[in-house]
Amino acid sequence: MSAQQTVKFYQTGTFTVGNRLLAPEERSVQANMQRTNSINSGHRACQGCGEALGARYAIDAAMNATNRQLIAANATGCLEVFSTPYPETSWQIPWIHSLFGNTAAVGTGIAAAIKVKRQKGELKEDVRVVAQGGDGGTTDIGFGCLSGMFERNDDVLYICYDNGGYMNTGVQRSSATPPAARTATTMPVGPEPGNPFGQGKFVPAIAMAHEIPYVATATVADLRDLEAKVTKAMGMRGARYIHILVPCPLGWGTASHDTIRMARLAKETGIFPVFEAEYGEIKSALAIRRQLPVEEYLRPQKRYAHLFGKQPAVATIARIQAIADKNIRKYGLLAAQGQ
Amino acid sequence: MDKPFAITLNPGSSLANHTGSWRTARPVYLDRLPPCNNQCPAGEDIQGWLFHAESGDYEAAWRHLTRDNPFAAIMGRVCYHTCESACNRGKIDEAVGINSVERFLGDEAIKRGWKFAAPAMETGKKVLIVGAGPSGMSAAYHLRRLGHAVTVMDAGPFMGGMMRFGIPKYRLPREALDAEMQRIVDMGVSVKLNSKVDNILEQMKAGSFDAAFLAVGAHIGKRAMIPSGDAAKIVDAISVLRSMEGEDKPMLGRRVVVYGGGNTAVDVARTVKRMGAEPIIVYRRTRDKAPAHDFEIEEALQEGVMIKWLSTIKQAGDHQITVEKMQLDDKGFPQPTGEFETLEADSVVLALGQDVDLGLLNGVPGLEVTKDGVVKVGQDLMTGHPGIFAGGDMVPAERNVTVAVGHGKKAARHIDAWLRGASYAPPPKPEVAQFEKLNPWYYMDAPKTVRPMLDIIRRQSTFDEVQGGLDEGNALFEARRCLSCGNCFECDNCYGVCPDNAVIKLGPGKRFQFNYDYCKGCGVCVAECPCGAIKMVAEEI
Ligand SMILES: Cc1cc2nc3c(=O)[nH]c(=O)nc-3n(C[C@H](O)[C@H](O)[C@H](O)COP(=O)(O)OP(=O)(O)OC[C@H]3O[C@@H](n4cnc5c(N)ncnc54)[C@H](O)[C@@H]3O)c2cc1C
Ligand code: SF4
Ligand code: SF4
Repeated sequence: MSAQQTVKFYQTGTFTVGNRLLAPEERSVQANMQRTNSINSGHRACQGCGEALGARYAIDAAMNATNRQLIAANATGCLEVFSTPYPETSWQIPWIHSLFGNTAAVGTGIAAAIKVKRQKGELKEDVRVVAQGGDGGTTDIGFGCLSGMFERNDDVLYICYDNGGYMNTGVQRSSATPPAARTATTMPVGPEPGNPFGQGKFVPAIAMAHEIPYVATATVADLRDLEAKVTKAMGMRGARYIHILVPCPLGWGTASHDTIRMARLAKETGIFPVFEAEYGEIKSALAIRRQLPVEEYLRPQKRYAHLFGKQPAVATIARIQAIADKNIRKYGLLAAQGQ
Repeated sequence: MDKPFAITLNPGSSLANHTGSWRTARPVYLDRLPPCNNQCPAGEDIQGWLFHAESGDYEAAWRHLTRDNPFAAIMGRVCYHTCESACNRGKIDEAVGINSVERFLGDEAIKRGWKFAAPAMETGKKVLIVGAGPSGMSAAYHLRRLGHAVTVMDAGPFMGGMMRFGIPKYRLPREALDAEMQRIVDMGVSVKLNSKVDNILEQMKAGSFDAAFLAVGAHIGKRAMIPSGDAAKIVDAISVLRSMEGEDKPMLGRRVVVYGGGNTAVDVARTVKRMGAEPIIVYRRTRDKAPAHDFEIEEALQEGVMIKWLSTIKQAGDHQITVEKMQLDDKGFPQPTGEFETLEADSVVLALGQDVDLGLLNGVPGLEVTKDGVVKVGQDLMTGHPGIFAGGDMVPAERNVTVAVGHGKKAARHIDAWLRGASYAPPPKPEVAQFEKLNPWYYMDAPKTVRPMLDIIRRQSTFDEVQGGLDEGNALFEARRCLSCGNCFECDNCYGVCPDNAVIKLGPGKRFQFNYDYCKGCGVCVAECPCGAIKMVAEEI
C-alpha cells in the first residue's frame, strides 16, 4: 500500500490527521499550521459539506506537492457557487471558473499555455494544472472534454468531487447517482422506487480504459490516503484522474456531523472501492478494516428512507449488497493488497 | 479603480462573510475525566502521566504520576490495578497495561536516582504520623510537600508496614520498597522506628504537634475456635510472614495447612512452599467466592500449592487435622454436610483476617469506633476528635495499599486546610469520558504487552520476583496504547476535518481554538475527535 501506511505504531497509527509523536515530515498536509487553506472560511457551503472539505484536502495537498505553483480550473457546480459569489472568493490560489462542461478543456488550455511560455523562457516556475468539478460537471456535462483530455494525455490532474447528484440546484439525478437513491428527478414511487438499477457510470473505470498514467479513488474519510494519491499524481506528468467521494448532507439527507462517517461507511461496506491504477492496471486497493453490511451505510441516509419503511425493501437492499460484494471481489478489498 | 469589462465591484475575500451566524449549536473543548483516573483509589492522573510517557519523557511522566502517589515502583507490583478494568481500551482489544508502565516508571526513577524536591517554604506547623505503612508515608510525603514539619513514628524496625511484614518478597522486592521509602525521608521527613505510640494525646502534647494522622493498620490476626490437642501447632499468618523478615525463620514442619481464602492465605502458602514445605489451603467456600484475587490463586496453583475448597477445620491434633466437607446453600453460604476427612498437618496457619489494635486511642474524647472495630472518620478523614485524622486499614474502607495511599493524600489535604483554619473542598469532578464519547475508528489495533513471568522451578524454590517488568521499548508501546480518553492529545483531527477552517491550531502543547466567526456548527469535529474532548452545546438564540 501507499508509503504512508508503513509508519510505526504511534498510539493511533496513521489514521488521525496529525500526531504530535510523528516527525513533521511524516505528518499530513492538513496537520500543518502553514497549510494553504486553499478554500478559506466564509464560503457558503452547507454545514458539514463534504465537497468543501474534500476540495481543501486535495488542493492543499496539490499546492504542497507543487511548491505552491498551481492553477486550478473549476467547473460550474456547488463548489464554484458556494466559493465565489461575485465579487467574493474563498480561493487562495490562482483559480479560474469555466463553463459547466468544459473545465477539462480549460485545464488543457492552461497547460498548453504554460508549456509555450516555458519554451519561450517567459516562465521560470514549473506551474502545474488541476481541473476540478462535481459529478455533474464531470460524468455528465463535461464528459466529452474529459475524455478528450485523457485521450490526448494532456498534463492535467482532473479531480472529480462525487456527491452523487446536482445538489445546489435542488438535488437532481446525475449519472453518478447510485441505484435506489431518491432525488428530485428519481422519486421513490412505482415498482422500482428511486434511481433505477443498471444505469449510470463509474468514471474511474472509464478513465482507466484510456490507459492514462494515473487513476485513483479516495474519500474524505481517509485523509492520509487522499493526500498520498494527490501527491503521487502531482509527481507524474500527463493526464491523471482522482475521483473523491464527498458526502452531501443536503442531498443524502444525513446529519451534518456524519459527513466523514458516511464516507467511511461507503468504504467499509464496499459500496465505494478505494483504489489506485496506473496505465489502466489496478495497483492497490485500500482494504476494508471492519467490514459492514450495506444496510449500515444506507439506513442513516434519508435518500434511502423508502427502503426502510414498515416493510423493509429486502430485495432492493440485497441488490445493493450485491454491488458492494462485486466491488469487494473485483478490487480485492478484503485484507487485499497492502495495508 | 480601473475595472475590466462588465465588472463593477472590487474583488473581495469570503472572510467578509461571517458564517458563524448560521450556527444553532457550538462545539466547545473540554477535558473529560478518563475512566481509569476516575477509578484509581489513589486519584492518579493516569491519562496525564501516560501522555508524557508516550513521548518517551519518562521523568516528566514519573513527576506527573508522583503528584498523587509517590510509590510508582511499589504500585507497579502490588496494586490490584482496578483502573485497568475501567480502561476504555478494554472495549476495543485489551486494557492498557497501566500497571506495567507504572512499574517501569518507578524502576526507572530508582535506576536514575530521581528525587523529590524539598518544599520551597516551611509553614512552621508540626504534624505527627503514627505508622510508617503506605498510608502514613503517603501522608508524610504530601504534608511535607506542603511545607509542614512531619514526624513519623512506627513500632516496627523498618518502614513499609504491611508491605514489608505482609507482602512477600517474591511480589515486592525490598530494594524497591526501601528506595521509595527513603526518598520520602530525604525530603526532610523525620522517621522514628522502634517507637510504639501508646497514647496519642500524650504523644502529641509531648512533641507539641498541631495535628496527627493515624495509620496503624490492622495487625492482630483473627482467631477461630478450633478444638485442638496440646500437641497441635497453631500460628497466625501475619506472624509467620513477619518472621520471614527477621533472622529466625518460622518452623512449621513439612505439611502446612493454611486456613482461609484471602490474599494473606495465598501469600503464606506460597511463602512456605518456597521454604520447601507442602502447603495446603483449606477454605470453607468455593474458588469464585474466595476473597483472594483469582490471578493469585492461579499463580499459587501453578506453583504447586494445594487447595481444598468447601472445607472447614473441625479439630486439630498431633500432626493431623479433621476437616468437614461443606455445601453451598441457595444463598451461597456454606453449610456442614457431616462428612469428615483427616489430613496430615504438622502445623495450622490461620489466615482469617486482621483486627485493628486501638490501644493508643484509649481515652481520646469524641472518638468513635464501629462495630467492626475500626475507627469512624468523616468525609475529611478526621476522627471524632478534632485534629486527629486516620486512614488506611484502620478505618472503614477496602484494605489495600492503593486505598491506603489515597487516604494519605486526602488526609494531607484536609490536615493542611485544618491547620490554616480552613476547610478543603475538592474541585468538582468533570464528566466521565465514557466509551460512547470516543470515536475508536482512529485507534490502530494493538494488543497488550504481557509481562514476563519467572520460570516455575525458581518460583517454587526462591523468593525471586515472580513477575518481570517491561523494557523501554515495550513500555513505550504500552503507553502509546492509551486512547487519551476525554483529553486532547493533539491529533489534529478537529483542525483537519473542519470544512470551514474554523479550528485554529495554536501550536505544539497549546491545543486548539474555535473561530466562532466562521464555525457553522456542523459538529464534524465532535464526531471525529477520537478521544471525546469536544462537545456540542446549544447556542442561545
Ligand atoms: C499478606 C498480605 C498481603 C497483602 N498484599 C497486598 C497486595 O498485594 N496489594 C495490596 O494493595 N494490598 C495488599 N495487602 C493489604 C495492604 O498491605 C494493606 O491494606 C496496607 O498495607 C495498609 O496500609 P496502612 O498504612 O493502613 O497500614 P500498615 O501497612 O499495616 O502499616 C501500619 C504501620 O503502623 C505501625 N503501627 C501500628 N501500631 C502502632 C503504634 N501504636 N505505634 C507506632 N506504630 C504503629 C505498624 O508497625 C505498621 O508499620 C496485603 C496484606 C497482607 C496482610
Ligand atoms: S485508554 Fe488511557 S485514558 Fe482511557 S481508560 Fe485506558 S489508560 Fe485511561
Ligand atoms: S480532535 Fe484531536 S486535536 Fe482535536 S480536540 Fe480531539 S484530540 Fe484534540
